[in-house]
Amino acid sequence: MLSRVANSIYWMCRYIERAENVARFISVNLNLLLDLPSEKDKHWEPLVAITGDHEVFGKNYNDYTEEEVIQFLTFDRDYFNSIISCLAGARENARSIREIISSEMWEHLNNFYLELADPASKRFALDDPHRFFKIIQMRSHLFTGLLDSTMSHGEAWNFARIGMMLERADKTSRILDVKYFMLLPEAEMVDTPIDNIQWMAVLKSASAFEMFRKEHHTINPRKVADFLIFDSNFPRSIRHCLAKAQVSLHRITGSSTGTAHNAAEKKLGRLVADLEYTDIDEVIEQGMHQYLDDLQTRLNLVGTAIGTTFFNLQPLPDNQNQEQ
Amino acid sequence: MQTFQNYDSNGFFDELFDSNGNPRPEAQLLIDKIEALPPGELRIRQKAAEAQLLKMGITFNVYGRSEGTEKIFPFDIIPRIVSSTDWEQIEEGLKQRIFALNEFLQDIYNDKKILKDKVVPEDLILSSKTYRKQCEGFTPPRGIWCHVTGTDLIRDHEGRFMVLEDNLRCPSGVSYVLENRQVLKKTFPQVFAASRVRPVQDYPSKLLELLEYLAPDHVQSPTIGVLTPGIYNSAYFEHSYLSQQMGVELVEGQDLVVSDGYVHMLTTKGLKRVDVLYRRLDDDFIDPLAFRPDSMLGVPGLMEVYKEGRIAMANAPGTGIADDKVIYAYVPEIVKYYTGKEPILPNVPTYICRKDDDRKYVLDHLDELVVKAANESGGYGMLIGPHSTKEEQAAFAEKITAEPRNYMAQPTINLSRVPTIVGDNAIEGRHVDLRPYVLFGKDIYVQPGGLTRVALTKGSLVVNSSQGGGSKDTWVV
Repeated sequence: MLSRVANSIYWMCRYIERAENVARFISVNLNLLLDLPSEKDKHWEPLVAITGDHEVFGKNYNDYTEEEVIQFLTFDRDYFNSIISCLAGARENARSIREIISSEMWEHLNNFYLELADPASKRFALDDPHRFFKIIQMRSHLFTGLLDSTMSHGEAWNFARIGMMLERADKTSRILDVKYFMLLPEAEMVDTPIDNIQWMAVLKSASAFEMFRKEHHTINPRKVADFLIFDSNFPRSIRHCLAKAQVSLHRITGSSTGTAHNAAEKKLGRLVADLEYTDIDEVIEQGMHQYLDDLQTRLNLVGTAIGTTFFNLQPLPDNQNQEQ
Repeated sequence: MQTFQNYDSNGFFDELFDSNGNPRPEAQLLIDKIEALPPGELRIRQKAAEAQLLKMGITFNVYGRSEGTEKIFPFDIIPRIVSSTDWEQIEEGLKQRIFALNEFLQDIYNDKKILKDKVVPEDLILSSKTYRKQCEGFTPPRGIWCHVTGTDLIRDHEGRFMVLEDNLRCPSGVSYVLENRQVLKKTFPQVFAASRVRPVQDYPSKLLELLEYLAPDHVQSPTIGVLTPGIYNSAYFEHSYLSQQMGVELVEGQDLVVSDGYVHMLTTKGLKRVDVLYRRLDDDFIDPLAFRPDSMLGVPGLMEVYKEGRIAMANAPGTGIADDKVIYAYVPEIVKYYTGKEPILPNVPTYICRKDDDRKYVLDHLDELVVKAANESGGYGMLIGPHSTKEEQAAFAEKITAEPRNYMAQPTINLSRVPTIVGDNAIEGRHVDLRPYVLFGKDIYVQPGGLTRVALTKGSLVVNSSQGGGSKDTWVV
C-alpha cells in the first residue's frame, strides 16, 4: 500500500487512542475526587503532569482548577494533545484515506469529531463530566470495534494496530511513571499496601482494576507496576501491547517473529525480548522512573524506525536503482 | 402550507409544472406525494437529508479549518425530473458532440485539417492558453482524448435544451449525483420506486471499465490511480469517493515518482508501477518539467512517460483547448465538419468579440448580455449584463477592447426553474442548469440524469457552488 496511506492510518489510530486515554485519565480523576472531597483542588495538577505538558498549560492558564484543566485537556485547539486536537488530527488523517477505511469508520469518526466540536459539548462536559468522558471513551471503543469488524485485517489494519498499540504502551508507561513517583516517596514501601484508593485509581486509569484483582487480590505498588508492565494477557499492559504490535509488524513484512530484517523489526523485537526477560525486581532495583523513562525513549525510537522503514521511502536515483 | 397551491411559475419554463400550472405527467406522482405529506413533514425530510450529508462528511470548510466550521454543499430534496423523450435527445446530442470534439482534438494536434479547411481560424487555436504544444503529433491510447466530460446544459423559456459550456478538463460533481441519489432514495422511497427512475449508480463501474480499457497493451491487470491535488482541494471528497467506489489507489503527486522510464507509487513495500491515472489536476500542474515549473502537486517526468505510451491518462493533456469559451462558439461547425450532420443539441447563440461586427454589438448591448472570459470557470470572470452596474460594464468594455480574442457574449437566457424549498414553509421556483456526465471508452456512455445545479438566491441565474448555488437530484423517468 501507499506509504502515505500507511502513515495516515497509523496516525489516525494513535490519535484516537491518545484521545481516549486523556478521557480515561479525567474520568478516573473525577471518580477519585468523589472519594476525596477535601482534596478537590489538589488533584487536577497531576493530571496535567501525566501528559508531560506542564509548560504549555502554564502559558495559557492560571490555576489547576477542574474547569481550566478540563478546558485545556479537552477543548483547547491550541494544545496539540487535547482531545479535540487529537480527534481533529485523526479525522484529517481519516479524510486522506477515506477510500481505505470503511464508511462506517469514517462516518463514526466524523460524527465523533463534529459532536465534540459543537459548542454545546463544552457545557455538557462541565455540567455532567462523568457521563461526558464516559461517552468519549465509549466512542473510541466503538471506533476500535468498527476497525476490527468492518475492515479487512490486511496491511492497512495491521498499521492501524501498530499505531494503537504503541500509543497505548506509551500511555500506560506514563501513568505509571507519574503516579508511582507521587504515591511512593520511599522505595522500601514498595510491598506495603498503602494509599489503597490512589493505587486503585491508577489501575482504573488503565481499566485494569478488575483484571488485576482476579490475578493478584491485594494491592501493593510492586504488584500494580508488575501487572501494568509485564502481564502478558492484560490488553493494556506494556508487554502485551508491544507483543501485539510485533505480531502486526511481522504480518506486514511477511517474516516470522523470530527474525528481524529491517530497522523497525529490530528495534521492536529487541524491546519485546527485553520485556520477556526482565522482571519487576530488576525494574525496582534500577529505579522505576529510570526504567520507564528509558522505555519511553525506546518506544519513540521504534516509532521512528517504523517511519523510516515504511513511510519515508526515498526512491534511489535512476542510475542506482536495483531491479525490484 | 407546503403544498403547491400558491406556486407560481412567473412565466418561466418550469420543470415540474406546465404553463397552465398543472403537474407535468412525469412529475405527477411526486407532486401528489408532496401534497399529501402532513404539515411540516417536507421540512423535516429536508433537515434529515442535510443531516445525512453532514454525517457522510460531504462538507467543505467555510472559514479555514481551525475554526471547525463546516458546511454541506446545499441540497434541495425536491428533484428535477426529465422525461424520457427529452432525455433521448440529450443523450444522442451529447454522444454526437463528444465524438466530434474528440475528432477535433485529434485533428488539431495532428493533421490540422479543420484549420486548413478554415472552419476554425488557426490563430484562434494557437493563441489559446489551453493549447498544448507538448501534445503536437501525439495520439493518446485508443485515440481517445476526452474520456470524462461534464457538459453544462440549460433550458430556455420555451423548454429548449442548449449547451452552455463544454467541460473537458477535470469536470467535477459526479459524486454529488451519486450521493444525492442515495439520500433521495431515503427521502421519497415510494415515489422513487413507483417512478421507475433510471439508475445512476453504475457510473464508478463504467469509469473503471474505461480506465482499464486505456491500459498499455502489455499490462495484464493494470494498476490504476486517481491523482488528486490533496485534501485541501474542494473536490477532494469526490476524488476519494470515486477511488473508493472503483477500488483503485488514490494518489497525490508526492506518492509518485518516475524511475526507469515508468511511473511508480511509493509503497510500504517499495516502488510499484502505475499504468493508468485518472488525473484530477489541470494540465498546468501535472508535470513541472513539461508545464508549470512551480507546480508542487505534480510528478516530474510524467509527461515523458505518457508520450512514450508507458502510462495512460484520463483526460488526456491538451483537452482544455476544446472547452475554451471562444472556441465553444465554433462547436456546431465542428460537429458538422466531423459528423456531416446538424448538431442535435444547439449552442446558446454566441457573439465572438474578435469578430468586428460581433464586438460592436456586444459593446453596445453590455447591459443585456452575459460576457465570459475564454478560460475562466466557476462563475468567475463573468459579467451578467442585466444584473450589473454601469461601472462593471465599463470595466468589461475596457477588457474586451484590450483583448477581444479572450471574450465572448451570449444573450441572457431565462433558465428554466424547479420548485425549491425556501425558508421554513415556502416553495418557490429557482433557476437550474443540468450537467450530465459522459464517459468515452469503448463506446460513449451518458449517465442518465446528471447534476442539477440550482441558484438558491431568488431571481439569480448563477448556479455555481462558489456563488450561492446548490444541487438537486435529477430523475430521468
